[in-house]
Amino acid sequence: MHACFGGSAAANSRWRSLAKNWELYLFVLPAVAYIILYCYLPMYGVQIAFKDYRVGKGIEGSAWVGLKHFQKFLSTPSCLQLIRNTLNLSLYWLAVGFPMPILFALVVNELADGRFKKFIQTISYAPHFISTVVMVSMITMFLDASNGIVNKLIGYLGIGPYPFMTVAAWFPTIYVVSGVWQNLGWSAIIYFAALSGIDPELHEAAMIDGAGRLKRIWHINLPGILPTVTILLILSVGNIMSVGFEKVYLMQNALNTETSEIISTFVYKMGLQYNQYSYSSAIGLFNSAINFVLLVTVNFVTRRIGGTSLF
Amino acid sequence: MKTRPAFSGAKRRQPQGIDDKIIGSLAYILSILVLVLTLYPLLYVVSASFSDPASVTRGDLVLLPILPTLDGYATILEYKPIWIGYRNTIFYTFAGTLINLACTLPCAYALSRKDMKGRSALMFLFTFTMFFNGGMIPTYLMMKRLAILNTVWAMLIPGAVSVYNLIIARTYFASSIPHEISEAAMIDGCSNTRLFATIILPLSMPMVAVIMLYYAVTHWNSYFNALIYLANDQLYPLQLYLRNILLEDMMLDLISGDSEAMEAMIRRLQLKESMQYGIVVISSLPVLVLYPFIQKYFAKGVMIGAIKG
Repeated sequence: MHACFGGSAAANSRWRSLAKNWELYLFVLPAVAYIILYCYLPMYGVQIAFKDYRVGKGIEGSAWVGLKHFQKFLSTPSCLQLIRNTLNLSLYWLAVGFPMPILFALVVNELADGRFKKFIQTISYAPHFISTVVMVSMITMFLDASNGIVNKLIGYLGIGPYPFMTVAAWFPTIYVVSGVWQNLGWSAIIYFAALSGIDPELHEAAMIDGAGRLKRIWHINLPGILPTVTILLILSVGNIMSVGFEKVYLMQNALNTETSEIISTFVYKMGLQYNQYSYSSAIGLFNSAINFVLLVTVNFVTRRIGGTSLF
Repeated sequence: MKTRPAFSGAKRRQPQGIDDKIIGSLAYILSILVLVLTLYPLLYVVSASFSDPASVTRGDLVLLPILPTLDGYATILEYKPIWIGYRNTIFYTFAGTLINLACTLPCAYALSRKDMKGRSALMFLFTFTMFFNGGMIPTYLMMKRLAILNTVWAMLIPGAVSVYNLIIARTYFASSIPHEISEAAMIDGCSNTRLFATIILPLSMPMVAVIMLYYAVTHWNSYFNALIYLANDQLYPLQLYLRNILLEDMMLDLISGDSEAMEAMIRRLQLKESMQYGIVVISSLPVLVLYPFIQKYFAKGVMIGAIKG
């Protein structure tokens, strides 16, 4: 045996483990093949951001042009507006969409255990499963200037009618509020889990010491979910420049692009509608680079001040 | 310890302070408000789909259907594109989910095995893609080079493995299946394949259900891949047809329109008006019907994922 499989005992055991578990490597094969084809090969293809990609010449054959496309993007007048719109939308979302589920979880946690609590949790998850297309259709139906229900309702108060969808200034608010409606309950699940993990003895001890509900929420529940909040906050800030394409693209119309054109929709239009492959890859890469730097920075800062970090 | 029951029993039954009562009632009021705001739009859409379109357009509908009719659904029934989309989406959901599970579950199991050499390097290969990717255009060009653009594979291959689901599955295999079971089976000469198929998988059904449903809902709701990878409308999924019917930007037609184009547009608008609410209901129906039965699994999935962070 030893003679066959070579010298040291360590190498021997490693070889035996490989031989015994060869099937496990077959198990990972489809997933690894997929991730290489669909994620790593495109990363290799990112080099076209530094080239003048020509369909006939292929990725390798096209000529290098250095930072030409990056410079072109940074010097277009719309560049600043795109970055501003993207940041505006994600900061707005971070300020409103991020804390709402935390508040919701804290509120629901104060309800007595029982049917009602279960019921409200169940109902609050439901909108999460509505598709983006249906969600945006509902938004446009409800906010329609002439016959949307929202304009009928505010009409009773003597306001409006107001053409929400075609006024650029309204776009960020509509995006954020509808996002809260759709994801409030779903995003709160992780906080429900964190809250149920808090030791009840903490609450009992605090009650004996005469702490009221508000005090206990502030001094027990909130610190209890803080690590979860921190992790999710790091992830959100790391994604601050990657506002989802799907919903924004569907909510766009000719009259609201002033606030609704963001980097990802611009990349799509430049790349797949105007076939400027290299230019749009450069914009996409610029975007992910900023994201990556932000993620690492925020991770570093939170590790320094709070001790919780992603990596 | 001995003194505690009497002590806390007496203390805890004391009436709450006035502040505590306010907090308690506030919690109920806010919860009910959220409940109403969540349910109202959903109920409105369902009611509108059964109502006379003209009344809905006039804004007479508040909550309950007005002049109940099934005309909207009758129109949808005769509108072919919807059903082509429906058929395609059912196919993509079944075939796609099958591919997802076949790729994800064995891989997650292998990566959960501590005696597998190189598993942390492999895991890094997967998690890295959560933070960095090639971007829309390089991915598109790769799909083109692989010649799967504008074929059903363009709907099935992208997203074949969700790293998030992979982590959920791996965490479950590692933490919920006792290691002794595998060891005992291996000593008895059971191969890894048999171990996985006949022992591990049957023990993991709650997790498999969660992941299957995550994947299925993603397939059912996706329109993005179809938008960028498909040009043949015979292959379009339901969501893309929905988008074309419900969200087409008609502003341009209005501006440029000659009278013939205007007339065609008005016809489309009328068609849209009579069908739109019904289409929303019909396209969300499979998820809505299944939802009450499966929602507890969905929530569980988030919790499993949360363990790992």
